[in-house]
Amino acid sequence: MSALLVADFENAGTLLKTARQAKSAGYPLADAFSPFPLDGMPEILGETSTRLRAWMFVGGLAVAALAYATEYWSAVHAYPIDSGGRPLHSWPAFVLFPFAVAIFGAALAGFIGLLVNCGLPRLHHPLFDIDGFERATQDRFVLALHAPAHDPDKRTMVAWLKRAGAANVWELEW
Amino acid sequence: MSARDDTLRAALRWTEPAGRSIEAVNDLVSAPLLERGRWSWRVWWLAFAASLVLTIVMAVTIVWLFSKGIGIFGNNTTIVWGFPIANYVWWIGIGNAGTLISSMLLLMRQHWRASINRFAEAMTLFAAAIAGIFPILHLGRPLYFYWLVPYPNTMTLWPQWRSALIWDFWAISSYLLFSLLFWYVGLIPDLAALRDRAKSSTARTMFGIFALGWRGSARHWHTLHVYHTTMACLGVPLVIALHSVVGLDFAASLMPGWAETIFPPYFVVGAMYSGFTMVIVLAAAVRWGLRLQALITVEHFEVMAKMLLAASVIMTLSYAAEWFSAWYGGEHAERRLVAYAFGGDYGVLYWLMLILNCAIAHAFWSATARRSVATVVIIAILINVGMWLERMLIVLNTLSHGYAIGMWRTFVPTLWDVLLLFGSLGFFALLFLVFSRALPVVSMHETRRLLSAETQQ
Repeated sequence: MSALLVADFENAGTLLKTARQAKSAGYPLADAFSPFPLDGMPEILGETSTRLRAWMFVGGLAVAALAYATEYWSAVHAYPIDSGGRPLHSWPAFVLFPFAVAIFGAALAGFIGLLVNCGLPRLHHPLFDIDGFERATQDRFVLALHAPAHDPDKRTMVAWLKRAGAANVWELEW
Repeated sequence: MSARDDTLRAALRWTEPAGRSIEAVNDLVSAPLLERGRWSWRVWWLAFAASLVLTIVMAVTIVWLFSKGIGIFGNNTTIVWGFPIANYVWWIGIGNAGTLISSMLLLMRQHWRASINRFAEAMTLFAAAIAGIFPILHLGRPLYFYWLVPYPNTMTLWPQWRSALIWDFWAISSYLLFSLLFWYVGLIPDLAALRDRAKSSTARTMFGIFALGWRGSARHWHTLHVYHTTMACLGVPLVIALHSVVGLDFAASLMPGWAETIFPPYFVVGAMYSGFTMVIVLAAAVRWGLRLQALITVEHFEVMAKMLLAASVIMTLSYAAEWFSAWYGGEHAERRLVAYAFGGDYGVLYWLMLILNCAIAHAFWSATARRSVATVVIIAILINVGMWLERMLIVLNTLSHGYAIGMWRTFVPTLWDVLLLFGSLGFFALLFLVFSRALPVVSMHETRRLLSAETQQ
């Protein structure tokens, strides 16, 4: 069981500023939500690294290898066609199929990676219970902090968020 | 100049005041989906009815084709390709521009793509799907088209990997699936916004399911950004490979006028050219029909007109390269073919094609022409007709006038040829009309981001 303090802001600038200040004040940042990607937010939250590109590379390479192996095996062993004395293993003509499907393979691997990385699909999330959170996908900028265990600390943090410009501060247990 | 100044200038240039706040963008884009009562949809229904009739015409033609065989078309033993393959090349060309806009303009940081990339990607999907039908319709035994797929079968047959037909099959199917993923992932944040704005529970549930529970967290955005830019990097080589393969369908043959090394890049440029004209037509339709003048501005039409002008010049150079290589190569059949193109059976069409593709785009040297939406749309439609003629003539001229003089024939299209072409246009319009009422035609999150420079002031 952990608790979050969720605050919403009018604009992206205030959210970024508050998040930066919270980080330097040592408040434990949980997440930030916005209707469009905010430059600098991943750095503040330490979410900059992702293995997505590596996954896509591996996925693409694996599909390409499978495609080429299918071509080689079927054209050389399973069903050899001597067409005007051309080599059975005609690698220049065999490149395109692996290339095209590799790009799709990378895209698919990336899509799966994206879902895993974002924890989607997850049609319901406790945050959706907050009345007002729905505007985070439209025009509001929301910051979530891990709430301190003790009530006085929590009250200080709420007051600090209000001072920073939060329109509402909600407490969420989950 | 800082990056923020750059974005700010872009926001001011590519939007009009009515669309210059985050809520204005949300409202403009979601109104047709969530508040349909706001205006009358009579024109939409009329267009829907017309395109439905054409779609039925296409279905009837296909049924007739499957029962009678390709003898119902104008194809003969010499001109074996005819309309179906020319239509295929034309449609797949249109299917390329969406990825051009999504990928190349994203990588080039062209801010103006934000309001046109969504429907251009939808256009890509629909056009590429329609294109994929034509080669199958053109098969003598269309019921065996799945033999292109390598699967263990009782005949112990495997595909002929050296054949351009196989390359086509894989390039199209990879491209279609790739474009679908690219398009869908870009839609997810907008679907989430629609989920959160929807007033009816049906709309909320439908948008909610496809939004997959998107919350717009920093982690989500970061992952999406990485995925999107990586996809753009992959999309550019894929789209070039796709249309190069279409070029190779011709160039890998031994026919005069086809066996040319310039064909792959020449086909890619042609694809971008005709695809962009379709984007312009759809942009004008969406802008007017869904009242999006504040987001799709005259500036967009101006910059797309410039793209057409540039593409027109490259097309002209490509045609000149064809003529030059025929003359310089000295092959008799090649030279004879160029003479035939200008003065043979389809000479009038060839001249018309040259006027449409090479001449009229030069109107766009004038800023007045570029800034008149009607002029840009009319020229775009004419160029697209020219590009269809080009694909038609590439097929017809070479096949009508090959090496064997005894085989020379002319091609006369039948009614079914024409019905299938217009039927496919109707089907495309039908798909697009449904899309425009079911999903956001402009990317809300990318437009919001464009405007963010203003809101962060």
